Amino acid sequence: MGQSKRCKPHLEDVWLNSYIKMNNEKIMELRKIANEIRKESLIMIHKAQSGHPGGSLSEADILSALFFYKLKINPKNPDWEERDRFILSKGHASPAYYAALAMKGFFGKKELESYRKINGLLQGHPELKIPGVDYAGGSLGQGVSVANGIALAGKIDKKSYKVYVLIGDGESQEGIVWEASMSAAFYKLDNLIYILDKNQVQQTGTTKEVMDLGNVAEKWKSFGFNVIEINGHDMLQIIDALDKACSLKEKPTMIIANTIKGKGVSFMELNHKFHGKAPNDEELKKAMEELKLD
Amino acid sequence: MAGIVKEEKGKIATRDGYGKGLVAAGKENKNVVALDADLSDSTRSEWFKKEFPERFFSMGIAEQNMIGTAAGFALSGKIPYASTFAIFSERAFELVRNVISRNNLNVKIAGSHAGISTGEDGKSAQAIEDIAIYRSLPNMVIIQPCDAIEAEKATLSLLEYKGCSYMRLLRNPLPVIHDIRYKFEIGKGEILTKGKDAVIFATGALLYESLKAADFLKEKGINVYVANIHTIKPLDTKLVIELAKKTDCVITAEDHNIIGGLGSAVAEVLVENYPCRMKRIGLKDVYGESGKPDELYRKYGLDAESIAKEVNKFVGKNK
Repeated sequence: MGQSKRCKPHLEDVWLNSYIKMNNEKIMELRKIANEIRKESLIMIHKAQSGHPGGSLSEADILSALFFYKLKINPKNPDWEERDRFILSKGHASPAYYAALAMKGFFGKKELESYRKINGLLQGHPELKIPGVDYAGGSLGQGVSVANGIALAGKIDKKSYKVYVLIGDGESQEGIVWEASMSAAFYKLDNLIYILDKNQVQQTGTTKEVMDLGNVAEKWKSFGFNVIEINGHDMLQIIDALDKACSLKEKPTMIIANTIKGKGVSFMELNHKFHGKAPNDEELKKAMEELKLD
Repeated sequence: MAGIVKEEKGKIATRDGYGKGLVAAGKENKNVVALDADLSDSTRSEWFKKEFPERFFSMGIAEQNMIGTAAGFALSGKIPYASTFAIFSERAFELVRNVISRNNLNVKIAGSHAGISTGEDGKSAQAIEDIAIYRSLPNMVIIQPCDAIEAEKATLSLLEYKGCSYMRLLRNPLPVIHDIRYKFEIGKGEILTKGKDAVIFATGALLYESLKAADFLKEKGINVYVANIHTIKPLDTKLVIELAKKTDCVITAEDHNIIGGLGSAVAEVLVENYPCRMKRIGLKDVYGESGKPDELYRKYGLDAESIAKEVNKFVGKNK
C-alpha cells in the first residue's frame, strides 16, 4: 500500500522520528511476520475447512506490530501481572491471533493444527485457557467492554500496563461498543487503546451496505477519544500510531486502521464471501503463491 | 406463627441486607469493587459508595457495559459486585452468558426489585423469569434470600466463593426470620417447620407467606414442612429428596413464573430420583400488573391464605 491514506499531518514528524528510532530491518521483519501470519491463518482455516479468512488477513499487520514490536508480554510467563493486555474483540478472526501467539512462543506451532478440532486447544473463538489469551472474545462488542474493567483495575492498582483492543468496523454496529466507549472516556482511561480494523466488509456485504457507520473518526472524537487515523497495512504508520497512543494522557485513544478485508490475496480482497468461508485446495494454493510474492 | 417469625424484629428489605453485606465485604477485602447502573440508591450499593468511593463505579444506564466491565475487573483480580434491577440485568443476558458464565468469572450479580412484589411499577419492572434464564447457565450460582439477615450473610458468603453468581433481591421490607447468629451456607436448604402431611419448598418473600400458611393449615389439622430454599442453584437435592420421601406431597412456592424457577428445579430432581405428587405455586405463566404488593399477592395466589388453600386442597386429594 502507498502512503495516500496517511491523513494526519503530525504523522510526518512521527515518520521521521520513527526512521531514527526504527531501522528498516525491523520494519522488514515485521512485514515478514505479518506475511507469515497470513499464511499460517489460511493453512489453519483450510485444514479445519472452517473459519474466517477475511478478517484474519486484514488484521495481520496490526498483530505483527503489536506482538513483535509493542506489547510488553512474556511467553514464558503468560499471566505476568505487569504485562500489557491484548483483547481480540472480533474473536472470529482468531486464526491470525493464534498464529501470532504461536510465533511469539506462547505455545508450539504444532498446536495450530488443533484449530477448530474436537478436543483441540485452539477453539473457533479464543478461550481463556489458551496461553497468552487475556480475554475470550467472540460475541461482538463484548471485548471492548471487558477492556474497560481491565483498564480501570490497572488505574486503581496504579499499574503501568496498557490495554489494547482490536475491534472490527462491522463489530462497531453493536451498541455496547458505544456504551463502552462512553465510559472509557468518562473514566479517562488513557491506558486503553482501541484499534479499529476498518476493513470495510462484513458477513453479508460492505459496511456501507449493511449499516453505514458514518464518520467513525468524528464519532470517536465526539465520544472523547484521541483519534489517530492510519493505513493499517503500512507497518511504519502502525508502529508510529501505537507509540503515539502510548504517550497520550487523560483520554483513551482510537487508532483507526484503514485496512482491506482479505488483504494480500487478490480474490479474497474486499470479498464478503470470504468473511467466513474456508479456501478449497486450489484457492489455498493460489493464495500461497500470492503471499510468497510479498 | 410456627414460632419462627417474631414480629418485634420488624421488617427489612433483602436489598438492605445486600447493601449492608456489601459494605462488610468491602471492609473485609480491599479488592471488592461495586458497579451500578444508575440505581445505586435503590439497590443499596450506594452504601458501599459512601464508604469506599474510590472502589465504586457508576456505569450509567448501560447494563451490558456494566457486566462487561465487571468481567474485566474479575480478570484483573478484583472482586466485582454488579447491581441493578433484576429485570435490567436480563438486558445484559448474553453478556452474562458469554462473558461471565462461559468463563466462570468471579462476578457477583445482584438483581433487585424482582418478582411482582415490586408492585406499583407494573409488569415492565417485575422480573418473573430471571431465575429461569440464569438457571440455564452452566457455572451460575443463584441465591434468593428470604430476609435481610440472610441477604447480608449471603453477600458475605459470596465473597469467599470464587465463581459467578446471581442474587435475587426484593424491594419491599420483609419480616426478619433469622437472627444474627444464623449460619448461611451456599447450596444448603433449611427446615423451618416440620409436619408429615406435605412439604413446602419456598424461596424469597414466599418463605414468610408459606410459614404463615403453615400456621393456618395447623389449625385445620394439617402439618407441613416448610423449607427455605435460598440457593436455587446448586439446589440442595439431598434435602429435596429427603423431604419428598417423608411426605410424598411436595409444594413449591415462589414469586416467579412457575416455568423454570424453583418449582421446575425441584420437579427436575424429583422426576429423576423420587417421582411423587407435586404442586407448583407461582405465577401461572402470566405477567403481573400495577398494584400494592399485598393486593398483587392476593390476586395472583401468592399470599399465605392462597397458599394454605392450595395446600389444603392438594393434601386433601392426597389423603
